[in-house]
Amino acid sequence: MSQSVMTSGNRPEKGMGKSPAERTEPTGSGLRGFMRSSGGDYLLLAVFAAAILTMPIWLAPIGAGYPDILQKFAIFGIFALGFNILFGFSGYLSFGHAAFLGVGSYAAVWMFKLLSMNAFPALIFAVLVSGVFALLIGFVSLRRSGIYFSILTLAFAQMSYNLAYSVLTPITNGETGLQVNRSDPRILDQLFGGTSMTVPDIFGVQLQGWAGFYFCAVLLILAFFITMRIKNSTFGLMLFAIKANQTRMSFTGFSTRPYLLTAFVISGMYAGLAGGLLAVTDPLAGAERMQWTASGEVVLMTILGGVGTLLGPVIGAAVIKYLEQIFSSFNEGLLHRAFDFLPTAVQDIVVAIVAPFVGEGWQLTLGLMFMIVVIFLPGGIMEGVGRIARRVRRDKPSDDGAASKAGH
Amino acid sequence: MDAIILQILNGLDKGGAYALIALGLTLIFGTLGVVNFAHGALFMLGAFCAVTFERVLTLSERVRDPSVTFFEAYKEVPYLTIWYGDAGQAIVDWAVPLSIILAIPVMLIVGLAMERGLIRFFYKRSHAEQILVTFGLAIVLQEIVKYFFGANPIPLTAPSALTGSVDLGHWLGLTGISYPLWRIVYFLFSLVVIAAVFAFLQLTTFGMVVRAGMADRETVGLLGINISRKFTIVFGIAAVVAGLAGVMYTPILAPNYHLGMDFLVLSFVVVVVGGMGSLGGAVLAGFLLGILQSFASMTEVKAIVPGIDQIIIYLVAVVVLLVRPRGLLGRKGVMEA
Amino acid sequence: MTTDILSISGVGKRFGGLRALDDVNLNVKKGSIHAIIGPNGAGKSTLLNCLVGRIIPDQGTVTFDGGSLLGHKPHAINQAGIARVFQTPEIFGELTVMENVMIPAFAKHDGAFRVNAWQRARERGAVREEAEHILDDLNLWDQRDHIVNSMSRGDKRRLELAMCLVQHPKLLLLDEPTAGMSRADTNNTVDLLKKIAERGITKVIIEHDMHVVFSLAEKVSVMAQGTVIAEGSPEEIKASETVQEAYLGGAHL
Repeated sequence: MSQSVMTSGNRPEKGMGKSPAERTEPTGSGLRGFMRSSGGDYLLLAVFAAAILTMPIWLAPIGAGYPDILQKFAIFGIFALGFNILFGFSGYLSFGHAAFLGVGSYAAVWMFKLLSMNAFPALIFAVLVSGVFALLIGFVSLRRSGIYFSILTLAFAQMSYNLAYSVLTPITNGETGLQVNRSDPRILDQLFGGTSMTVPDIFGVQLQGWAGFYFCAVLLILAFFITMRIKNSTFGLMLFAIKANQTRMSFTGFSTRPYLLTAFVISGMYAGLAGGLLAVTDPLAGAERMQWTASGEVVLMTILGGVGTLLGPVIGAAVIKYLEQIFSSFNEGLLHRAFDFLPTAVQDIVVAIVAPFVGEGWQLTLGLMFMIVVIFLPGGIMEGVGRIARRVRRDKPSDDGAASKAGH
Repeated sequence: MDAIILQILNGLDKGGAYALIALGLTLIFGTLGVVNFAHGALFMLGAFCAVTFERVLTLSERVRDPSVTFFEAYKEVPYLTIWYGDAGQAIVDWAVPLSIILAIPVMLIVGLAMERGLIRFFYKRSHAEQILVTFGLAIVLQEIVKYFFGANPIPLTAPSALTGSVDLGHWLGLTGISYPLWRIVYFLFSLVVIAAVFAFLQLTTFGMVVRAGMADRETVGLLGINISRKFTIVFGIAAVVAGLAGVMYTPILAPNYHLGMDFLVLSFVVVVVGGMGSLGGAVLAGFLLGILQSFASMTEVKAIVPGIDQIIIYLVAVVVLLVRPRGLLGRKGVMEA
Repeated sequence: MTTDILSISGVGKRFGGLRALDDVNLNVKKGSIHAIIGPNGAGKSTLLNCLVGRIIPDQGTVTFDGGSLLGHKPHAINQAGIARVFQTPEIFGELTVMENVMIPAFAKHDGAFRVNAWQRARERGAVREEAEHILDDLNLWDQRDHIVNSMSRGDKRRLELAMCLVQHPKLLLLDEPTAGMSRADTNNTVDLLKKIAERGITKVIIEHDMHVVFSLAEKVSVMAQGTVIAEGSPEEIKASETVQEAYLGGAHL
């Protein structure tokens, strides 16, 4: 650094004698990640890990204390975390992320078929393949920004989806979906005299039931940790800067496209991991996972939780998957029982009103939620929580309001 | 040669549908600056206007079937036939084209309600948020339709006079080109609607303001013209156009609730290829891509590039976006990012 | 001996039928403050856009520090040592002041692209120190943790200047740095620019305010209708008949 800094005497005294770390401790912007102390981060990580691992206990009262749904929370949490690295950090809205989820699933099932029922090769392969896939799609799509980028990613995802159903049937097994058979070669398992079981495992532990959930949960915590590091890193700062003002970024000497491509690939790999985990917990892969409505779902998870926040996407994914479970399991009979306490006439009316939204009608509820969140709570649950928290402790200066307005 | 002409013809009806939806999309984008992901749902609603209309017309009474003599047989006879005889029968037969009468006011109301009730709150918000909220709306609309009409496709038939095939080869001096009559009707219908929209925009003062608004929104605003009112009507018109496209498409493809989503993605691609905000581009690209798609589904082509029929449109869009981001007829500098 | 750090010769640009730039020739001496004045639509901003790679001229050459600028991307031009202050501040509105200044410092340190996804941004001591110095210098220290969107217009402009200065550019382009400012703010900005002058950064400044121009610039180029019609010291320009007629329209300076 050149020392020709101006010679004026008006430099504030406070800065001079202290170490840089002391000087820039944030005052009002506690929600922002980059300048927060690392201690806070590890506390957050610890709390997060504890919360995830104890989900079977504290989610039991709302009827979500069983492994099937909890591992869905974890898997889609990973998916949304990754999506948020692209959309939340850099502002690029991909409408084709389900393609990477699907690719991850196919890749994992193929590893099960060819190599071993061990989950690790399958997951590694899933992440790698979806990473390469994301590199190709991202390289092309990122030549444009804004809605053009969204439409390009959408077009690529639709292409993948259509191909999976048609020409690529030898790889994807078309509409039936790709499955694991007893007759698959599974070279490694043969070599080491493995079983002919068709359940994925890690070194002998079958990943079913609770084992499956804890496996997914550990990976979720790992994914969360990596996301946290990325968010606080220089790279993360660059992504947020691109979101804030891409013009300034290029006039500031940054080649923005490689940054975006890196984010795109990372987020594609997260999706691949999630897809691989879907295959681990249920060794089956179908093209419907790649449909663009699935891409829309991860967008909703992310905005529902809070775009650009760390925790938001995980919460959003869990809420959506939970509601999906609840709503789609209801039918009219169950509804009548649920509203049993009402007089029959009222009960009929209530059931008639509620019925379109449950069971088959879950999609309708999803669509409505989509609209309501975008209209009323574009900052998502995290912003809502922040608002309430601020209302509770009113001692904070207006400065804080500005910080949260930035959407973090 | 014959095969080529046949493929061009095959692409025309689909191209007409793409063009009509894309026309509305680009009109909305050009005037309101809104990316409407619910536009495909409007197409689907139009199709279900036809379904509803047909159902109303064919409300029937169960009467004894006199032609069956061994046992008591019943058949459903539409009231219209009972009341008006052959004339009633003819009305039932022409249900699909006649349902335009129902579709125009319904779609107009739907369009106006959508704009006033939702879209207008999103003019100042980001494209991403517009995409998301209209995407949500599209899901809601399709699920409502699914609730009332079920998940299965509902086949409708064209009027019997228009159901057969014509030997186009005869007119063109070629042999062996027989072509379903309704598809020709659809193509001509789409041309008429397109012409009507263009005429409206070119010849009326209202259209002039709209076109000026597409070119330079701020200036028109400064002239003291209430654009927002005009833009509401534009949205209504776009909804009607999409709805009519849907009505007339029912005999070609039995409508189901997710018809809109299927067409939406393709229509967006059409708009992008034609050039965002370019009306002519939307029409041109609509027909072009329709024809291209039908060429790609030829067995000869598929033999060379398997699966090309599934992805051709997207492939074209990708190439266009990369090579000429403003689209075929898009203005320079408009959304070229 | 002073050399030219920037030489523009024969630069032309057409937009459709409009000739925005027509055979522009301009040389900027190293370490000088060079003002470009002219009526609206004279092509001043277009010229600036050509310099930073936003617009590619149809003809002519632009040489900076011994190399051609033409055909380079904006980020490469910045990396070569040209920073620009925009007419309306281009800053990272959702980030804090500190971050806004650290980002350009990172560009200087890490180049146009480097993935550093593991180390915390705040732990890059050298970058932070530079950012802190600049914030001190430009009286933005107290606002370092403010979200930029909430700042006043004048502060935003000062911040953008800080973002450019933290990179220690060889050439600083300023597009109407005092437009829309109050008299007091304008005076402050002039003082600030004078202070920066002591660092030896070459500056090209587009300005409408003649007071600012004549109190800062060592050399003034006058543009009208896409070309340079006069050039000289502030005194010469004040006295020039051509300038009076073509641009000032007889108005007093």
